[in-house]
Amino acid sequence: MNFWNDPLKVAADWLTGIFTGWGMPSVGANVLVAFLGVLMLITILMVIDIFLVWIERKVVARFQDRLGPNRVGPFGLIQPFADIIKLMIKEDTTPDGADKVVYNIAPLLSMMSVLILWAVVPLAPVMLGVDLNAGVLFIIAAGSIGTLSIIMAGWSSNNKFSVIGAFRQVAVMVSFEIPMLAVLLIPTIFSGSMGMNAIIQSQDIWFIFLSPLAALIFLIAAIAELGRAPFDLAEGESELVSGYNIEYSGMKFGMFYAGELLHAFTFGGFWAIMFFGGYRFFGLEKVSPFLAIVIILFKALLGYWVIMWVKYTVMRIRIDQMLAFNWKFLTPVAFVLVMVTALMNALLRGAPSWLFITGMLLSNVIVAWVSMEFVRSAARQEREKVEGLKQVAEAHH
Amino acid sequence: MTGEQVIFLIVGAVTLIAGLMVVTVRNLVHAALWLVATLFGVAIVYTLLNAGFLAVVQVVVYIGAIAILFIFAVMLTRRQAAETGASVNPNWLVGAVMSVLTFAGLVYLLQTWSGFSKQAAAIPSGFDAINQLGNALTSPTGYVLPFEVASVLLLAALVGAVYLAFNKK
Repeated sequence: MNFWNDPLKVAADWLTGIFTGWGMPSVGANVLVAFLGVLMLITILMVIDIFLVWIERKVVARFQDRLGPNRVGPFGLIQPFADIIKLMIKEDTTPDGADKVVYNIAPLLSMMSVLILWAVVPLAPVMLGVDLNAGVLFIIAAGSIGTLSIIMAGWSSNNKFSVIGAFRQVAVMVSFEIPMLAVLLIPTIFSGSMGMNAIIQSQDIWFIFLSPLAALIFLIAAIAELGRAPFDLAEGESELVSGYNIEYSGMKFGMFYAGELLHAFTFGGFWAIMFFGGYRFFGLEKVSPFLAIVIILFKALLGYWVIMWVKYTVMRIRIDQMLAFNWKFLTPVAFVLVMVTALMNALLRGAPSWLFITGMLLSNVIVAWVSMEFVRSAARQEREKVEGLKQVAEAHH
Repeated sequence: MTGEQVIFLIVGAVTLIAGLMVVTVRNLVHAALWLVATLFGVAIVYTLLNAGFLAVVQVVVYIGAIAILFIFAVMLTRRQAAETGASVNPNWLVGAVMSVLTFAGLVYLLQTWSGFSKQAAAIPSGFDAINQLGNALTSPTGYVLPFEVASVLLLAALVGAVYLAFNKK
């Protein structure tokens, strides 16, 4: 066991040795080492977060045919640091009649709900916080803390716009949790485990090839969970100014903003873990854990790029469209897909892998086609109703 | 005292205080937030008992759904979130006596149980609680009947809610 094969364990053993050498009891040393590990992970994530601001601004600029930040440093790389200094020295305002304690806890909870997700992200086969056997559910649980933080922020600001924004955002998050949880069961069915590492280890064939529809539904639900366009009706600049975070200024606003970017990056990572093999890439992950980290970060960035691509391409939808889309289309499709996948998995358990892949793929295509047929007939009926009304109205004139 | 016991005592104290705050604070939204803290404390107790799955489900269901629903209901139905009337009614003394008696009865019952003062056996390595739970809930020799009855009950509640909310034309 050397450093290059299992760096975390070697470093932890070394540190524990030093601390116990100073006369610390071994339990205390273990707790301190675990604490240092968490601190290191969070620090790295926050540094990545700083550069995500730059990436986001550069990418949106490209989508809108602009240059983006390009003045401060090479390629505008120092721009985010200037932004942070600006956020830090801004006046910290609290609105009149705000519920001060709740108002101040909300941004912390928002950031925490994102950082806590990384406790279950396996960066390499041997580098992960905890291999929780309920890892898939953990994602949803952390999301519900995020929901709580938004409703706290919206309510405690004592502002009508922020309450409406929080209501909308919470409606989106509570609704889209359901299809997300349903499609997260599909990697669970394939791998027979809810743990992240087990899901990655069983992806000899990436799950996107077994269930592309599930990957698509997960992406849509993740975008909704993030509150990004087309589901950014909580921000609705034209109606709500900025949504649940109107009253926040300085670094408290910065927490929401940085949390949102890191959340998007994290869900890119989960998309990669669930459907694109996580840190696996043609056996490269076995060469070195450091290579595995590079692979998973690259895949997470690709997922993040897709989320940005959607955000800056499509426009905002209304809340009734969002609710109808989720409850009348996405949730039923997700549940049917889970049932079909479980059934096919049981039927094809002993089959050779080419038959397994073809069967899974075909069942996905059939589910997608049938659901699109349902949508088409519903749309036709709606259109006929509207056009019939028009004809009646014209006949009266 | 082991580290686990220290953590349990701290978490238990915080949970109890939060539970007391739920019923004593005037502001209903604050009461709901204290309820969240209480439920979170219970989730930590589950974790201490090596029931990680139950802990996560506790957070998903009780904090993610039920507490949020409470907060929504309070915000949508009241103009003033704060309660102005008296926070106790004349029966508070009877209620307090009853709860103390119930607690004493529970402690007495538990003390007659042989496992009351024993240390829990260590969990064997490779023990998968989720697998065991899933098998128990779906096997005919396990709890499949209560599980299915509970699902039918939930379905009935769902149908009832939709029926009540349905706009009769």
